[in-house]
Order: sequence, then C-alpha cells, then structure tokens
Amino acid sequence: MTSRARPARVSGVLVNTALVLASLASACPLLWMLSVSFMAPGESSHFPPPVLPSAVTLDNYRALLSTLGLGKSFLNSLLVASVSTLLSLCFNVTAGYAFAKLEFPGRDRLFRLLLGALVIPGQVAMIPLFLLLKQLGLVNTYAGVLIPSLASVFGIFLVRQYARSIPDELLEAARIDGAGEFRTFVSVVLPTLTPIVVTLALFSFLGSWNDFLWPLIVLSDDDLRTLPVALAALSREHVQDRELMMAGSVLTVLPVLVLFLSLQRYYLRGIFAGSVKG
Amino acid sequence: MIASRRGFWFAAPALLVITLFFAGPVCGAFLLSLTDFDIYALKGFEYLRFVGLRNYLELLHTSRFWRALGNTCYFVVLGVPLSLGASLGAALLLHSRLVRYKRLFRTALFAPVVTTLVAVSVIWIYLLHTRYGLLNYLLSALGAPSIDWLGDPAWAMPAIVLFAVWKNFGYNMVILLAALESIPETLYEAARIDGASPAQELRYVTLPALAPTLSLVGILTMAGYFQLFAEPYVMTQGGPLGSTTSVLYLMYEEGFKWWNLGMASAVAFVLFFLIFVVTRLQLWFARRSEDT
Repeated sequence: MTSRARPARVSGVLVNTALVLASLASACPLLWMLSVSFMAPGESSHFPPPVLPSAVTLDNYRALLSTLGLGKSFLNSLLVASVSTLLSLCFNVTAGYAFAKLEFPGRDRLFRLLLGALVIPGQVAMIPLFLLLKQLGLVNTYAGVLIPSLASVFGIFLVRQYARSIPDELLEAARIDGAGEFRTFVSVVLPTLTPIVVTLALFSFLGSWNDFLWPLIVLSDDDLRTLPVALAALSREHVQDRELMMAGSVLTVLPVLVLFLSLQRYYLRGIFAGSVKG
Repeated sequence: MIASRRGFWFAAPALLVITLFFAGPVCGAFLLSLTDFDIYALKGFEYLRFVGLRNYLELLHTSRFWRALGNTCYFVVLGVPLSLGASLGAALLLHSRLVRYKRLFRTALFAPVVTTLVAVSVIWIYLLHTRYGLLNYLLSALGAPSIDWLGDPAWAMPAIVLFAVWKNFGYNMVILLAALESIPETLYEAARIDGASPAQELRYVTLPALAPTLSLVGILTMAGYFQLFAEPYVMTQGGPLGSTTSVLYLMYEEGFKWWNLGMASAVAFVLFFLIFVVTRLQLWFARRSEDT
C-alpha cells in the first residue's frame, strides 16, 4: 500500500495548502481592515504597507462616534433592521404556513404566480414606489424604508417548504380539541417552525442591514441615514483618511459577521432552500 | 389538509403587501416609462405627457446607454465564469477527503458573502490603491509593474470583477459543495474499477453530476450580476471616463439625480427585459443539453 499512500500524502499537503492560501485571500481584506482601523492617521500609507499597527489606538472609532455621527447611523441601522425583521416574520411565516397547510381557492395558482414574480428585479418597482411614498408623505421616513421588506416571495417560499413537513394529524388533533385556526397556528404550528423562523429572521436582518440602494433613495436626511448610506457618503468626503474609513467599515461589518458566525447553521439552511427553487 | 376559506386570511396580509408595493409599482413602472415624467411633473401631474415608446427610442440613440449596457455585459461576461470557476475550485478542494478543519476553511471562504457590500467596497478602494495598496504590493513582490486599478479606464472594470468574485464566490461554493456531497459514492467506485484516473473521474463523473446545479447557480449569478450598482457607486462613481457606469447606475442617475423618472423607468424595463431574455436562453440551453 505504500505506493498508494505516498501520493495521497503529497496531494493531501497540496489540497490543504491550496485551501490555506484561498482562505487567506478570502479573510485577508477583513483582517487588514481590522488592523488598519487601530492605526494612527496616515500610518497605513507607507510602502510596503504595514501589517500591524505600531501602537494600537482607538482614536478613529472615537472620531467616528463623536464628531462624525456614525454612532447615530449605527443605532438607525439597528432599529431599521430589527423592525424589518419582526415585520418580515409576521407577514411571511403566516403566509408560508397558509400556502403549505391550509386549503383556499386558487392557492396553488397564486403560489405559482408568486414564484414567477421572482424573475422581476426589485429595482423595477423602485421608481413608482418612490412616487407612491411621496404621495403618502413617507419619503424620508423609516416607514418608507421598511415597506419593501414587509413580505417577500423568498420568505414565503422558505417557510412553505419547511411547513409542508408538519403532519396533518397534528393540526387535526388541535382542531378536534376545539382550537380555532389562530390558536392552532400560535400554539401548535409556530413551535414546530422555530428553526426556519430563525433562518428567516437572520436573512431579513442581514438583508436589511446590508441594503443600500433603497435607503439611499428614500432617506435624504443625515440624521436618519443607515450605516451603509452614511459610510458611502463619508468615504466620498474622507477618501484620504483610510484608517478612519476602515474603522467605519469595522463598525458596519462586525455585527453581521458575528451574527453569521453564531448562527451559521441556520444561514446555510436558507441558502439550500433558496437554491432548489429552479 | 383541511379545506377552509379561513386559510386565505393567513396569506392575505402578505399578498396585499406584495400587490400594493411590488406588483402595482411594476405595472406603474411600465406606464411611467411611456411618459415624459420629469422634475416638473413632481410638482404637479398636469405637466405629465404620454409619449409612447419615445423614451425607449431615445435610449437607443444615447451613447451613455450603450456604454452602460456594454459595461454591464463586460462585467457579466468576465465576472460570471470567474465567480463560478472560483466557487467550483473551492468546492472541489473542500470536498476532498484529505482536508482537515473543513468547517473552518468553509467559514473563512464564506465570510465575505455576509459582509456589507458598501463597507467591503470601501476596504477594496484601499487594497486597490496604486501606491499603498496590498494588491500592487503583491504585484511588485512578483516583479510586475503596479496598476492604477481604479484610475485607469481599462482596469477599473476588471478591478470591480476581482472584487465581486472575492465577495460572492462563497455563496455558490456551499451550494456546489452540497451537490458534490450528494453524488453517490458507487459512481466513483465504478469509475475506479474501470481504471479511471482522478482527472477522468472529475471529467466523466463529477462534472456531469454537477451540471444541473452548475447551470442553476450560473443563471442566478448572471441575473444578480446584471444588477451591478453599489460597487461602482462606492468605488469609482461610475468612472473613470464612464468605464464602470452600469445600467442600474444609469437608472439611478437618470431617476434620482436628474429626476427624469419616465426615462429611468424605461432603463429599468430594458434591464428587466435583458435579464429575462438571457435567463430564458440559458434555461433553454440547459434543457437542450440535458435532453441530448
């Protein structure tokens, strides 16, 4: 067996080395961001580029939070993403359950129609939606930012696929016990849906936190801006201050990265559900 | 399953919201694209006129539009194969039985996907910096001349492609990895009994088994890449010399910088039409190659 074992060891080293290099390339920009965010102003603008700060300083973060108002944007983003997540759960979980387990006239035709709508890029709706919000006086408000994320075809689909595995006997039993549809939903269905609810919540939160074009269009007031919009504006004014900008990027990226790392299993479940829709 | 009209009320709120804030506006966008809606019409609808297909015809005579369309196609044609190649390569490596710490590698490779596009675009502005950027430092270490990545019209789009590949390849990687794990081991055993080399296993077992997944992620990636916007908005502002102005960037500028909302709607519809046609074509090709 030695003749086979040796090539296996060589290719084992090759495969693992390739993966170490690829992972480095993938993680390097993020690690570099973190390192530069602790450098003194101007320190990173040298050749060759320094890898670690000579002395760790929090001045960049202080400047961002005190004078540049990024703390406010951070709280704005947190508020918008949290409310958007809650709303998305309310609308999508009930609808996903209905499409999976409740019979009503035209149900399957409606569902096929929804799936068909997936080919339409969201940006097509943006201009009339903006005009509609203008009529309603909702431009430059959080309500305006939240409206497109209320219900989504992806969210309904995600919950529906999972809810189909709920045994009918479970629902029958609840109804025989005299529970109404709503009671059945809250006390019998919701507990079984917990894993997919976590997945949907994670997708909604990250989607809202990372969203850029719609908040850019709707929010013009500096005080209301979410982090990505504030960061994009800041990077146009402070293009020379790379240490400052890296600290701003850390503030923006770190919460979603931490959330992903702690709930990775749930996030991947959402990707697999989304990729079998074809 | 229980027949009940009450079931409809569970779906009704979501359907209402999708109708009001998505389906309605999509139809509205088409109507709007047939008008000359501009900044005056924002003040009062009496300034609004129906112009038929004039916006679309005018687009065909606008060099900025053709430029944007060309840039977007360049991004798609260069970006999609590179992204899929990176995803496939990484998935094959991760799938190897010789890998240690598989989950750690997977997490590191996937991390860029969940990051905020605007924030990582800002990071890459500095990575791509001509004098102090890490990328040019690596190039100089290899003895290559430094490149003015975001300042040279010939290099700005390739730089954005490089960034997009880094940001997105992890997504398709985990999908392809799951597909690889579902290929039955017996297929490989049969190939080995027939004396197939690892390269032949890849060519005659792995790739054919992956083909349906590959074509699906190809279609989804392509549809996503046509919607290029935030990267040029943050990294190059559409420049230099308009070399990174995408179709969606043009829509944003027409609509929300110059308030030509009729024209901007026409741009949005052209983009929709383009994505629709290209994905249909790809589906058709995928079906045909499955049949033969």
